[in-house]
Amino acid sequence: MKWYSNKGNDLDVVLSTRVRLARNLEEYPFPARLDSEGKQKVNKLLKDILLSTPCEEKLEYFDMKSFSKAQAVSLAEKHLISPEFAYDPEDRALILSENEDISIMLCEEDHARIQAILPGLAPREAYEKAAAFDRQLEENAKLAFDSKLGYLTQCPTNLGTGMRASVLLHLPALSGTAVSRLATTVAKLGMTLRPAFGDGNRAMGDIFQLSNQVTLGISEQAALQNLNSIALQIAEQEKQARTALLRDDAFIDKIWRSWGILKSAHMMSFGEFISLFSLVRLGAAEGILEIPLETLGRLLIEMQPATINADSNKDMTARERDVFRAQTVKAALE
Amino acid sequence: MLCQNCQKKEATTHIKRVINGEATESHLCENCARELGFDGFFNDFSLSIPNIFSSFFKDSAFALAGGKSEHCEKCNSSFDDIIRTGMVGCADCYSRFFDRLLPSIQRIHGRAGHVGKTPLEYTKVEEKPAKQEKKELSTEEKIKKLEEEMQRAVELQNFEQAAALRDEIKALRAKEDK
Repeated sequence: MKWYSNKGNDLDVVLSTRVRLARNLEEYPFPARLDSEGKQKVNKLLKDILLSTPCEEKLEYFDMKSFSKAQAVSLAEKHLISPEFAYDPEDRALILSENEDISIMLCEEDHARIQAILPGLAPREAYEKAAAFDRQLEENAKLAFDSKLGYLTQCPTNLGTGMRASVLLHLPALSGTAVSRLATTVAKLGMTLRPAFGDGNRAMGDIFQLSNQVTLGISEQAALQNLNSIALQIAEQEKQARTALLRDDAFIDKIWRSWGILKSAHMMSFGEFISLFSLVRLGAAEGILEIPLETLGRLLIEMQPATINADSNKDMTARERDVFRAQTVKAALE
Repeated sequence: MLCQNCQKKEATTHIKRVINGEATESHLCENCARELGFDGFFNDFSLSIPNIFSSFFKDSAFALAGGKSEHCEKCNSSFDDIIRTGMVGCADCYSRFFDRLLPSIQRIHGRAGHVGKTPLEYTKVEEKPAKQEKKELSTEEKIKKLEEEMQRAVELQNFEQAAALRDEIKALRAKEDK
């Protein structure tokens, strides 16, 4: 069972929460200044320390070169690694828990990028999960740290706590101008709100990522609390806007029609899937359609192109994938 | 007016930037403007993160004055390397180039000064005798932090949270006065 098969808090608006900690060993230069031999040493050292972290899930270490291209890109689609990490596997390694709630990139931008991901709104819980690995590191290695600048990172944008906490929000009712307005507001509070899928300003599936931008001069707890309260306030606004939308029969009709297409199409691109998904998920969250939100959450992750190829272990073409996607979605909604 | 960077040619480009409320102005000649990345309007839009950071560096007074070619003893990075790549070489670079990095760091994060957690190892080795002083400072810092949080709450019209924070600040102040 992967992490996203579980229920979470405030799942009607918040899909998932991620917390990522950037950590470096004091002794070694940061990855960009480290040669291949040095990176291998760092990976080995971190592997030995981190694999013995007390953890409910089984942890496994992978050389990034052991993954096929589809597998690597699939990991990025699932937000377990960065896209950049997927494209360049040289001297890089990954520690992954069996249910994929913990992923640790070794020798990405920093020596270790510890990430925990949980369903729904759970910043504190996700932080605690990641912090267990941080403690394990601290107890067994000397980390790059400065009392004024905090945890030292290769890119100064992560100085301080080295913590990036984010939530994925499903905002079909606020998408558009309301979200742009919110983005401006949260920017003033040291946070970013941007589309999670799609390129640039096009928000596929009305899914947005809210994350903290400032890492220096703010404690972990304060940053997590900010994220939590701002996410809750946005969720509240979204719910109000949904109530207004659902007074319109024409809108309810759109939800049912989207469900109809998802349940009957023979072929479906990811782009079409995600836009229908948005309306159907809204219908499910508001009690119009009887579909568990976990099922939809799972489809959103598993219907992505590289993930389809990686999970089925087949080298499908886009066309073959579209057929496979339509069939899988149909079966899941039965 | 002469270019602030090379001090040779006439300045033709006037750059005014407001980042985190802090305005900086530079007068540059055509060549220096191009070199420092101010040649086009759309430059700033397609930047990747490290490049954004390196453009912060380029904007700093030190870069404009032409960085001296000192190198970090540990990883051999020069300050120019850091500017060029937007990436710091190693932990030592931060102390080696601290003064020059600080303005840019402040421009990104608004204020400099770590208030988050500290590694166990570090706590064990460093802070034992200065404990008393540190404690007092942290109350002050705490109040400052709470005040900022309160400000945010007010901006968000989250008055309930703001009121709770105000009470917390009051309590801290009362404790401090004792």
